[in-house]
Amino acid sequence: MSYKIIVLIKQVPDTQNITGNAMKDDGTVNRAALPAIFNPDDLYALEAALRIKDEHKDTRIHVITMGPPAAGKVLKESLYRGADFTVLISDRKFAAADTLATSYALKCAISKIGAFDLVFCGRQAIDGDTAQVGPQIAEKLGINQITFVSKIEHLSKKEITARRSIEGGYEIVKAPLPVLLTFTNEHYTPRPSSAKKLMTYKNANFTTEESEYDESYIENKNLIKSVQTLLWDINAIRANPSQCGLEGSPTKVKKAESVLLKSTSIKLVENNEKAISAMIRELEADHTIG
Amino acid sequence: MDNFYKDNDDIQFQFKHLDLNRVIELKENNFSDRDLFPYAPKDVSDAKDSYEKVLEMMGELSGDFIAPRSKDVDEEGAHFENGEVRYAKGTQEAMEMLAKADVMGFTLPRKYGGLNLPVIVYVIAIELVSRADASLMNLFGLQDIADTINKFASEELKEKYLPRFSSGEVTGSMALTEPDAGSDLQNVALKATLKEDGKWYLNGVKRFITNGCAQVSVVLARSEENLKGGRGLSLFVYERDRHMKIRRIENKLGIHGSPTCELQFTNAPCELIGERKRGLSKYTMSLMNGARAAIAAQALGIAEAAYREAKKYARERVQFGKPIMDMIQVYDMLCQMQIAIEAGRTLLYETAKIVDMKEGLEKQEEAHPEDKALRDEAKRYSKYASLLTPIAKAYNTEMGNQVCYLAIQIHGGTGFMREFNVERHFRDIRITNIYEGTTQLQIVAAIGGIMSGTAFDLLKEYDSLDYSYRQDLYQKIQKARIWLEKSIQQVKTAENSSMQEYHSRRLTEMCTDIIQAYLMLKDAAHSERKKHTAEVFIEGMMPRMEASMNFILHGGESLIKNHVAILNDQN
Repeated sequence: MSYKIIVLIKQVPDTQNITGNAMKDDGTVNRAALPAIFNPDDLYALEAALRIKDEHKDTRIHVITMGPPAAGKVLKESLYRGADFTVLISDRKFAAADTLATSYALKCAISKIGAFDLVFCGRQAIDGDTAQVGPQIAEKLGINQITFVSKIEHLSKKEITARRSIEGGYEIVKAPLPVLLTFTNEHYTPRPSSAKKLMTYKNANFTTEESEYDESYIENKNLIKSVQTLLWDINAIRANPSQCGLEGSPTKVKKAESVLLKSTSIKLVENNEKAISAMIRELEADHTIG
Repeated sequence: MDNFYKDNDDIQFQFKHLDLNRVIELKENNFSDRDLFPYAPKDVSDAKDSYEKVLEMMGELSGDFIAPRSKDVDEEGAHFENGEVRYAKGTQEAMEMLAKADVMGFTLPRKYGGLNLPVIVYVIAIELVSRADASLMNLFGLQDIADTINKFASEELKEKYLPRFSSGEVTGSMALTEPDAGSDLQNVALKATLKEDGKWYLNGVKRFITNGCAQVSVVLARSEENLKGGRGLSLFVYERDRHMKIRRIENKLGIHGSPTCELQFTNAPCELIGERKRGLSKYTMSLMNGARAAIAAQALGIAEAAYREAKKYARERVQFGKPIMDMIQVYDMLCQMQIAIEAGRTLLYETAKIVDMKEGLEKQEEAHPEDKALRDEAKRYSKYASLLTPIAKAYNTEMGNQVCYLAIQIHGGTGFMREFNVERHFRDIRITNIYEGTTQLQIVAAIGGIMSGTAFDLLKEYDSLDYSYRQDLYQKIQKARIWLEKSIQQVKTAENSSMQEYHSRRLTEMCTDIIQAYLMLKDAAHSERKKHTAEVFIEGMMPRMEASMNFILHGGESLIKNHVAILNDQN
């Protein structure tokens, strides 16, 4: 038994190691100041796919990312961990895409790849934190989705049973294939790069060559070093320019500001009903709550 | 995201300036693997780039995955239940990750699933892992066992065992020590008997065996019943079955994650490695030399971890209105630690590179026995390797102990508490100058090369480089070198023949100092900061050297004369 799994990943600024100059004066993220990393949740999605491949050797994992040419780095990291095939979706016309335009472009790329069993995504990216792209892609592809998956309980060619995290516990959900899953960082601790794959793929290039999609190279081990990782532009995925990039993005950022949270003074509240009610009234009055 | 390679400027500096061209050419043998394995390098620069990428990956794995688990591993330790060993949870998880990273056949040839990486890259990787968790090194750093099988066993045994080592399916142990054969391995009594069925069987007890629960062990045993001493010993490979019982595991001061086992062999079937009677003299010596470089790297990694804790603490801890780091007594300690670590690192990497040269040349020599120049070169590097390996082990393990001691001192009372990592590093480092031969035995191994002139041959090679950027420091080294020569001359001409043994530690330390001074001055060619470290190192070395020389030249033999009376504590 084997599966064809598409994993969607994103290169993001490392927002966990914020320094003083993380934001520019205009309120946008200063990408130059933050190291670009593999979005943490996406590593869990990739690991979930790799575990399936560990068990079913003929499974093929296709990793797609959309971003500038530098995002090829996270695709290479996917190859180092065991992905079979990677595609970089890159075009100036994709720039400034919101979640709607992003999910459209990724949907077009998935359609180009063709039939698949599973699409895996991270729960959300640490830059935008929207958690919208995965669900939107499922809608556009017209398939089922299971979000917030911590663990796959059971998988067959027909259906999947997954454990999804919900507030205060979890629920077990079943869905027929094909299906899209978004993963949390709870169960699938990502594996490291393999030293052998690292040395094999470190010089892989991204090429715009419009070759027809071809998996045959995978069977020929001797050729594996010459595999070219694919670069697809807007024409390659047959996307409508009006639905891409800034033009295809209804979300407009009105204003962004850098907020520094600083504690000033503290106020002790007695642990009784009267004092707590007074505090709540106070918070309502200054619109902190309510 | 902690990366123990990328956050360590000194390792990167050393790696960048290591001239590995020759090592790579020897290791890759005309790059003949390039058409057979997709991960084989195509030329020298491709190989060096691969080495660095593997180290980056090991740095990430060590910093991100292994280090966060080390405290729990220390607290939980390895378990012994129903006659079987179970690793601590963190140890088990780390082993799975190392297997997935394809790094359990680090130095093995590619045809057995290995990475074919040189020793120099391996010792750096061990240093990174040891900084994260010293006890894990005793599993990751035991690859010399597979390497010994690769070097000396038959093709059949290699094919049987090596691919399983590479995939991480099995781990190894080296079963050498017995209750009555510790430092003195010639005393090994465990019996190997060749029975009528043409197979060998083991009977006896081994003690203090690191990872003795391993699936595959190499066992030193007496195969020649009537031959006493080392000549009666052979080396065997044994695969776990019901004929070996783990009797207990030890309750130790440190490296709790690494199980130390006592093993009882009862008619346990095994296979001979190489030839009979060469078990100790050739195979175990080779195995131990590899392991000694690995332990030196382990000690260096622990020292690095302890030093970083101390520096961080000294920067944050405010007393008398300022960070304690700003006080001379404290930054003196920190600088001594930092310089000692850098001196240990440059020495260890030089040693590993020379070991790589030796191994590469010896392999070439096998293929071209008629080439005299090659033979001479191999011999020269073999002598250097025999000199430097015990020196690097002795220095780094003693230095590591000193660094961990000072790291606690800088923490003050806090460092004595279990909550702080320095307490663990202090316990973990303590075994490094004991196992794989105590420092005293390293000195026994090194002194020959110092007395015979091998050390001076090596120094002559260093003399061929240009040190004009700090001629003053070079002159100082020359002065110290004359002191060493004088001291050696004094010992050689002394009437009392025990003088060499009596002064061997002093002489070895003097020689270590000079080699390190050369290496640090050599490093200074590429960096202003390294010029400062070399200066401070050499400034501290001169009075040390002079005192040792004076003791050797003018000191009496009072200790040797009086030791019986002193130890007989009756006044």
